[in-house]
Amino acid sequence: MVEVTLWGSLGAAAGGKKTLDIEAKDIRELFAKLAEQHPGLKPHIERGIAVSIDGVIYRDTWSKALPQDAEIFLLPRLAGG
Amino acid sequence: MGFDPGYSARKFTSVGTRPIRPDGVDKVTGRARYGADFNMPGQLVGQVLRSPHAHAKIGKIDTSKAEALKGVKAVITAADLPDLTNGDSAMYDILDNCMARKKALYDGHAVAAVAAIDARTARQALKLIEVDYEVLAHVTDVDEAAKPTAPVLNDTVFTEGTDPRPDKPSNVAKRSQYGHGDVEKGLGQADFVVERSYKTEQTHQGYIEPHACVASVNSDGTADLWVCTQGHFVYRQHCAQLLGLDVSKLRVTSSEIGGGFGGKTHIWAEPVALALSRKAGRPVKLVMSREEVFRASGPTSATSIDVRIGARKDGTITGATATLRYSCGPYYGMWAELGAMTAFACYNLQNVETVGYEVLVNRPKTAAYRAPSAPMAAFAVESAIDELAHKVGMDPVEFRILNAAREGTRSSYGPVYGPIGIGPTLEAAKNHPHMKAPLGKNQGRGMACGFWFNFGGQTCTDLNIDSDGTVSLAVGTVDVGGSRASLSLVAAEELGIPYEQVKAVVADTSTLGYNDMTDGSRGTFSSSMATISAARNAIEVLRERAAEMWDIPVDDVVWEKGHAVAKGAKHGNLPSLSLKEIAAAAANTGGPIAGHSELVADGAGVSFATHICDIEVDPETGSTRVVRYTVVQDAGKAVHPTYVEGQYQGGAAQGIGWALNEEYIYGEDGRLQNPGFLDYRIPVCSDLPMIDTQILEIPNPNHPYGVRGVGETSIVPPLAAIANAVSNAVGARMTHVPMSPPRILAALEAEKAD
Amino acid sequence: MSGRAVSTTINGDDVEFLCQPEETLLEVLRDRLGLTGTKEGCGTGDCGACSVILDDRLVCSCLVLGMEAQDRRIETIEGMADGDTLHPLQQKFLEHAALQCGVCTPGFLIAAKDLLDRNPDPTEEEIRFGLAGNLCRCTGYDKIVRAVQDAASAMKGA
Repeated sequence: MVEVTLWGSLGAAAGGKKTLDIEAKDIRELFAKLAEQHPGLKPHIERGIAVSIDGVIYRDTWSKALPQDAEIFLLPRLAGG
Repeated sequence: MGFDPGYSARKFTSVGTRPIRPDGVDKVTGRARYGADFNMPGQLVGQVLRSPHAHAKIGKIDTSKAEALKGVKAVITAADLPDLTNGDSAMYDILDNCMARKKALYDGHAVAAVAAIDARTARQALKLIEVDYEVLAHVTDVDEAAKPTAPVLNDTVFTEGTDPRPDKPSNVAKRSQYGHGDVEKGLGQADFVVERSYKTEQTHQGYIEPHACVASVNSDGTADLWVCTQGHFVYRQHCAQLLGLDVSKLRVTSSEIGGGFGGKTHIWAEPVALALSRKAGRPVKLVMSREEVFRASGPTSATSIDVRIGARKDGTITGATATLRYSCGPYYGMWAELGAMTAFACYNLQNVETVGYEVLVNRPKTAAYRAPSAPMAAFAVESAIDELAHKVGMDPVEFRILNAAREGTRSSYGPVYGPIGIGPTLEAAKNHPHMKAPLGKNQGRGMACGFWFNFGGQTCTDLNIDSDGTVSLAVGTVDVGGSRASLSLVAAEELGIPYEQVKAVVADTSTLGYNDMTDGSRGTFSSSMATISAARNAIEVLRERAAEMWDIPVDDVVWEKGHAVAKGAKHGNLPSLSLKEIAAAAANTGGPIAGHSELVADGAGVSFATHICDIEVDPETGSTRVVRYTVVQDAGKAVHPTYVEGQYQGGAAQGIGWALNEEYIYGEDGRLQNPGFLDYRIPVCSDLPMIDTQILEIPNPNHPYGVRGVGETSIVPPLAAIANAVSNAVGARMTHVPMSPPRILAALEAEKAD
Repeated sequence: MSGRAVSTTINGDDVEFLCQPEETLLEVLRDRLGLTGTKEGCGTGDCGACSVILDDRLVCSCLVLGMEAQDRRIETIEGMADGDTLHPLQQKFLEHAALQCGVCTPGFLIAAKDLLDRNPDPTEEEIRFGLAGNLCRCTGYDKIVRAVQDAASAMKGA
């Protein structure tokens, strides 16, 4: 079980909920469950999401493990220049 | 075999040195080929017809006279680019921006294009295209566009992120919110509060090379595209999708690139060139003029930002909030959201809230510009922080040190920080000799901090060992500023061979796997990680070959300083085998020797910078002179220190131009008044002093050498550092960027009047 | 036929070409003669990327008509090195990393050569004002100025 915080515009897409408890061992499972429970998040997941695990921001690599008790934030995919 | 990207301390032989770059001689002799330096046999000249109206419905387009002109081989409109985006709204926006489908949404929006045998014929053909425009009311100012009475650009846009959803369409496309704690309560606890509004005008990346490409589409569905780009794999993906081509059948070759800074991460004219080529059955060369670059590529947002921030008399910030309105052009992006995320990222705050509004305006589609959205937010926040420090009676550096984010701080954009470098950059700035230098008459000193995310991403690298023991390194990140030198140093380091034996090239899309673009400060970070991985894979093969040559188990072979060395009591007396010797025998030991890597580089880590500058203001004319400028930034590990310095200096120079002089000026008619380098004036050599740099090296735990991204952060502090310097010189708070002479004179007049 | 024949000298070689009255020297160099080392950054004489020497005078080739080359001597970046020996300016630009993307570099080298030919011992200020007609967006000019200073010393010493 991991506690996931949806931040910024992602929170609005999940019906305003910010913190969710999800049973997931890696990012792929997390996204699958999120899309199931909150269909509003599907287009965002498809476009790409940045995953912050204990303060370090990662890409949405499916096999990335989610350590139990890690702080997990989902942020919109960032643009650079 | 798993690759461990974790940092391990080591003594470097090649990394950290300053050799001459491998592509250097070509560039100083004029041989290097940029986007417009390539030609194909039988090629036509492509040119684009652009809307002279800021906002207009497009009715009938009559191309018959243009098509009949002798020498014209193809004329296209949106009808020649059918919608293949399959419901992907972001791709649809790209398609519409490349060629307007229903409405012209800005002065310069492409509405048609021609391919002809020469430039003169193409120009004549453009004049013969008749477009029925129904001119509509337009809006170009970010605050005006946000008003409910503004002309609406897109009546299917209802503000996202508000609850309840509005029932009327507007130009406010999105609202996003970040922060934690209770801001009103926090501000209530403050002894001093600063409340101000700030504005920044739209600027352009200003790359000296205009967009240019040569497109060649064949009747069998294969196609070639030569183009200056920061991401040829992304261009391939997008162009293939919009043109209905198989991705693997479109070969995109990245030319040398004459500057990008984010502006060449998006396609503009490339689908148009491909569509022209497809229709004409011949290659088409399409080069944008400088005027077209300003009018119709991707400048930054213009912004309007309100800040409220308060502190106790001991200097602790108790609450901070900002409302940020960012213009995005006619299609929405995440520009306001990035501003909302980065605004207070440097600070340790219990109560913070930022709200960003993405606002549509009749201006070209906003594109990324080096740490996009962060410089404007930093301008507003760092100006307010300076003013607050002054009210509290604290030195501005000390005030920031007291409130700086550190390991364990909850960032204003959500996650808790791990180890970060803002403290060290502030301490280094505090102790820098620049801080103690005396100031002359009419001079003011200012400093500011900046933050940026830095990215990783999909990266592929091929490392091939040639028969003479030299190494060919093929990478997929476009080299914007010298990364081929840095990556060669990394390969040399891992293999234990001299830098001169490595030759790095940027491969095209058919000869290497997918690479994300060179943006987000990821070029050296990501490709160095993949290069290290590829080199380590090659070393595995080299060990096996040496084992075979010696006829001993591979476990008894180690790799040291460019040689295979046999270890252990049994084989320890065997003379070592050099890379060259092993390569010479490759044909007999199993064939060509190579190492490959396909990975997602991750954990680039955030970076911080602190800038100090001294500005002199002429009280009679309002003109400014940059007297002294210092950049302090953490690079993790500077692979090639000269090129890291170059990134720091270049970002600072762009920030200086943005702070003091650069802006898009629109007329009442909604047309861009200054689409040229004369009136959109970027800094010239005589405007700037030498720019001092201090590279801090606090290793990034997520990279084997500790490398961090460096390319972007340096543009984030200058707007505020200069605003603080000018405000100190002038004795009045500057709130509108650029601080051009008329604005400074107005501030001086207002001061005198008080 | 509206084109006209022009005879000129480019980097010491006799060259003949045909051009239209409205074509600029920059267009002729790049599109007719294949000398793409000279770059177009703006087409309006504001950026200096198209700098060439015309009869010992530094000009923006986008502001010169192709036909004005008749009977004159032009020097472009392609002629700056002496065989396989780089000009000291070219060498110092490499050593000081006075280029990042490199697109402005040919223009700067031509302008810097013209500057040092006329003023072999310039101050930093003279270098900065002498090169103010060439735009660079990548470097902030710091390493460019240092390269020119170092080249000036090397050329004086030689």
